[in-house]
Amino acid sequence: MSTTSWTVRLRDRIAHTVPEGQALPDRQPAYVASWIYVFGVLTLASFLVVLVTGCILSLGGIEWWHTSSIGHYVNSLHLWSVELFFFFMVIHLWGKFWMAAWRGGRTLTWVTGVVTFLASVGTAFTGYLVQTNFDSQWISTQAKDGMNSVGIGAFFNVTNTGQMLLFHVVLLPIAVGFITVAHVILVRRKGVVPPIDAKEVSA
Amino acid sequence: MSPRRKGDGTPDSHIFPTRPYDLVKEFVLALVGVSLLTIVLGAVFGSPDEKAMTIQDWAKANPNDVILTATGELSGDSGTAGYGPPYNNASDGQNLLGIPLQKWGGVTHPIDAANDFVINPLKDVQGDSALTANLDTWSKASADQQTKWAGDYYKALSDDKVGGDPTKVPSGDYGPVPAMMASYAKVAAEGGLEQQVSTSFYGFDPTRKLLLLADGSAVEDRARASSLGGDQWGMMNETGNYPGQPWLWLYTFWYQVEPFKSSDNADALVWGLMMVLTLGLALVPLIPGLRNIPRWIPVHKLIWRDWYRRTGTTAPARRTT
Repeated sequence: MSTTSWTVRLRDRIAHTVPEGQALPDRQPAYVASWIYVFGVLTLASFLVVLVTGCILSLGGIEWWHTSSIGHYVNSLHLWSVELFFFFMVIHLWGKFWMAAWRGGRTLTWVTGVVTFLASVGTAFTGYLVQTNFDSQWISTQAKDGMNSVGIGAFFNVTNTGQMLLFHVVLLPIAVGFITVAHVILVRRKGVVPPIDAKEVSA
Repeated sequence: MSPRRKGDGTPDSHIFPTRPYDLVKEFVLALVGVSLLTIVLGAVFGSPDEKAMTIQDWAKANPNDVILTATGELSGDSGTAGYGPPYNNASDGQNLLGIPLQKWGGVTHPIDAANDFVINPLKDVQGDSALTANLDTWSKASADQQTKWAGDYYKALSDDKVGGDPTKVPSGDYGPVPAMMASYAKVAAEGGLEQQVSTSFYGFDPTRKLLLLADGSAVEDRARASSLGGDQWGMMNETGNYPGQPWLWLYTFWYQVEPFKSSDNADALVWGLMMVLTLGLALVPLIPGLRNIPRWIPVHKLIWRDWYRRTGTTAPARRTT
């Protein structure tokens, strides 16, 4: 029967993930009128710049940027895009906190946002570990004690540059990207949280 | 209109009046703005890149520290030799409120500091008959004798009057250790240790080299000179005047204050505390009191001031979410 087809079920599930017309709406509730809303999209935009500059760095290999002025500049772009990414993300997070944006059944939206932040911290941290310069030597030899003290170092060895590189360029970016997509879908599914104690008004 | 409301009284966002909002245009403008800002920041400020320290650099700059460190690897007095898991079983490591998480992690990166860092690299040296004889004497001695020779020599080197200078060590029964250490410093200064300490041809895992370097004082001295010490907000900073990782400020903060600052279990305690705080942040929506803070400190009135002005809604602080 076509109604029990896995394909049909998946198609229906996707189709009903967000209300009709809300995946990419051209209108927003009238209360969405503040600069604070810009920081979510600024975070997404800077994440894209981080990915692109990181991919360009990857083209030259792990130590390319030490010997090439172009490579060093791309590394600078990568660094500053990460700084901007966190700057925007932290403001976005604080904005959502003061809006109590978890209201109205949006707990999971908040949780995925926090998890994205944590995964981003891990991704940036592994980036600092694979710089193959003095900073990475110092940071890794210091960080190992924290990781080892709670047993994490047994399988996540911050002084193993090869392991950290793979975490940095594959595993953690995939995690951040995946959770970000889930976060955005949840935002679109539930809509932007209304103001605290918002009164009903006529359209 | 009768808004559909969730359990906490929040109306469904889809029933509110709407206004035009171009999400794609907003994203494209944000992307262009962030790209331009990144290009300018990268061009103006660049990024730090201080050359990595090699074992050879260390040996040339401070051979006495290499000798003291290598002696500590033999005697069990170095950081790695007495570390515990995941490198060895020399100690249990730190615990979190009595829970030995470090020990439970197990020895997954086994390191025999004496042999892996010192003896085996010296065995690779060819054409030095005196060193070969000293290594032979060392290997034929009992483990207790080896530890006594190395321990006595380490103690002598560490004496304040000696200051790590082998030429000032008073005479004593140190066996072949002083001569072996002199050879070790020479091999290190010639650049021979880099590959001998490594475990593979490709060298993707420099764990052993990093631990050996970190057992000495050169890395920390250089880091402290760049204001990167643990009590200088350590690893959230980076060399030069760059922002580093300011998002790690809270993690680094705890190391600056008691009781963490002077605790032997500081790392485990800080990690434990950060795990609790992180869990608290993730679960804010479910924690009474925490989730009410946005009502008590009404920043939201600023954010939605236009809406409140138009609809006349005020946000009573007595209500709970």
